[in-house]
Amino acid sequence: MEELGWLAIIGRIAQQLLPVWVAMVIVFALSIRFKRRLGLYGKLFDSNVGMVGFAIVIFWIFTAIFADMIITHDPLAQLRGMRNAVPGSPLASPGDHYPYYLLGGDSLARDVFSRAVMGAREVLTIAPFAAMISFMIGISLGLPAGYFGGRLDTSLTFLANLVLAFPVILLFFLLVAPEIQETAIPVVMAGILFLVPVLFVSVLLNARFFTQPMKRNLYVGAALLVGLWAYSGLAFNADPLGVWGMRANLLNVFVAVVFVNAPTVFRIVRGITMDIRTRDYVAAAQTRGEGPWYIMMWEILPNARGPLIVDFCLRIGYTTILLGTLGFFGLGVSPESPDWGSTINDGRRLLTVYPHPALVPALSLMSLVLGLNLLADGLREESLKD
Amino acid sequence: MLLFLLRRVGVMLVTALCLTFVVFFLTNLPAKLETLAKTQAGARISDAEVASWLDRNGYNQPMLVRYGEWLGVVPGWTREEADGTIRGRCIERMGPEGAGARCGLLQGYWGHSTRFRAPVGEVISTRLGATGWLMLWVLIVMVPMALIVGIVAGMREGSRTDRSLSTFAIASTATPEYVSGVLFIALLASSTVGLSPLLVSWGVIPGPVLFQGNARSALDQITFWNFTLPVITIALYGMGYVARITRASMTEVMTQQYIRTARLKGVSFPNIVLRHALRNALIAPFTVIMLQIPWLLNGVVIVEVLFSYPGFGWTLYEAAVNNDIELLLAASVVAVIVVLLTQLISDIGYVYLNPRIRVS
Repeated sequence: MEELGWLAIIGRIAQQLLPVWVAMVIVFALSIRFKRRLGLYGKLFDSNVGMVGFAIVIFWIFTAIFADMIITHDPLAQLRGMRNAVPGSPLASPGDHYPYYLLGGDSLARDVFSRAVMGAREVLTIAPFAAMISFMIGISLGLPAGYFGGRLDTSLTFLANLVLAFPVILLFFLLVAPEIQETAIPVVMAGILFLVPVLFVSVLLNARFFTQPMKRNLYVGAALLVGLWAYSGLAFNADPLGVWGMRANLLNVFVAVVFVNAPTVFRIVRGITMDIRTRDYVAAAQTRGEGPWYIMMWEILPNARGPLIVDFCLRIGYTTILLGTLGFFGLGVSPESPDWGSTINDGRRLLTVYPHPALVPALSLMSLVLGLNLLADGLREESLKD
Repeated sequence: MLLFLLRRVGVMLVTALCLTFVVFFLTNLPAKLETLAKTQAGARISDAEVASWLDRNGYNQPMLVRYGEWLGVVPGWTREEADGTIRGRCIERMGPEGAGARCGLLQGYWGHSTRFRAPVGEVISTRLGATGWLMLWVLIVMVPMALIVGIVAGMREGSRTDRSLSTFAIASTATPEYVSGVLFIALLASSTVGLSPLLVSWGVIPGPVLFQGNARSALDQITFWNFTLPVITIALYGMGYVARITRASMTEVMTQQYIRTARLKGVSFPNIVLRHALRNALIAPFTVIMLQIPWLLNGVVIVEVLFSYPGFGWTLYEAAVNNDIELLLAASVVAVIVVLLTQLISDIGYVYLNPRIRVS
């Protein structure tokens, strides 16, 4: 068989990505049709920058979701004769495999295209969740620090500055290492860090419904049940039903990334809270006799959502970059892992001769982060318009 | 002002103490010490031999005592061997009178690097020199570029120039060093792919590649050929953020009353920008540039590893990979000092530049 030309490669990749195109068209059609009823999300479709960013982001999300249908080969399979194959190479002995390596083979004769697609899944399962947990921690600590002020604020700010004064890369080298995984440190840190979201949701619901004990008991009970169930599985790998669980090295990475991100979120939330605290509606709530947690969670937080949503998008992007950095230094990932950072690291040894194994994940990572940043920019622009 | 400085320096010292203790704790975990013993005394030694090696070399004392020894507030350990010779932390470098003496950071002794087999102070100072040159060129490239992009974009908000420059700034913040470095090497520094073979066939460049992908030769002599790629790679990622802050600050200044007054008075647009707006618009970027310096450290580590330039970042990487405890500690002290100093300078500079803020 002949080697494929560039046009044929692009055509075949587009064909493989068919489920993604279909899903994207559906999302865009529905969103544009109903954009006036969708609030801030709908307004995103008024800004070109925001729309481009959103398109890139959902492209990668759907790629991650449909990864199993898209890949042409097993991302770990090494096929004979395909070492460092150039993009579009036909397989030496196809058998029942897909007959081409669309974007070539890497130094271990694995398919670059399938690895990049699986890498999207790897990145998109960690980055948004790490960003979300960082946000919950930052909010749970930043709200009281900004609202109460005083000694609580001073000590929490000192702690946040302490973490922020740590060069990120040094922290990663120290915290994400095989020796550390054997100690109790990641588990203890996860035990503390993952407890905060559970408490956050419980306090949130309790503050809203404490006047209706029946409803409150139901909601808070349900939240605690699900939360503690997930907590036992994720932090201690002790889920009785075995639904939730995380490998030791993944937990280590997760904890390190959350630890680095949370102080920045804390500072942002604290700043916004100190600003909003002086508004009239907060004074009105205080006069009504509302409790401090109700005011923080249901008066201040909803009014701080604009900048927080924008920062959330940026933070997912930043987390993606951090995960890539970890992979680039070979920290905390299993050696065969298809995630983008370690694939770039594997590919850089032969970079000047065979650039494709490193370029494909590098461009993927760049486009995802760019999409998230453009999305954040569009959201910021639209939220400032009100 | 003096009181403010004193308080800031006090907080800095406490922060540095806390951070070095954390680093000390994490590098001296039992598992890490075991790795160290195995790299020093042989990979196949038994658990009992590991324990005795650690004991012989003073690693068996409580963590706090050893932290004190490292700082130089607690006398170094001494130990009498079976054959009657006395060994100890300070004896190895001060001779026999070192028994019971303090030798640590406060005495100017930074320890001994197990990876480079040289005193840590020496290693760190030569490597820092190399990184100093890199950072100097990064700042020379990054700061003017960021300011120009930011000012030109912010001059006329919403114009086409603004849109394209803002998108460029966003794209540059979305490209981490390990991505842009890889792109640059593949595009410009490879003799088989990218631009270089094309340029060679046209006869534009004499050598095999346009730029060199390995910066080790820059240690002897920095040239345009071997230093461009590492500098551009770091500068590009840092630039976008500074440019966006400059743009935001510039757009804010351009809506002020005194700009409108100047415009109504008939001052030409270049004059308004250069003489009225610029000075006020540059306050915010200054602090951001200062705060960006510790942030560049990340990039320095990545780029020095990628381009194998043996500077501070590369040393930090080697120390971490080989669990070279004392070198890692010294490197983190330097890194933490850089972070805290730049924070202090940015605070002072902000007060100095902006007369509306008073320290008291």
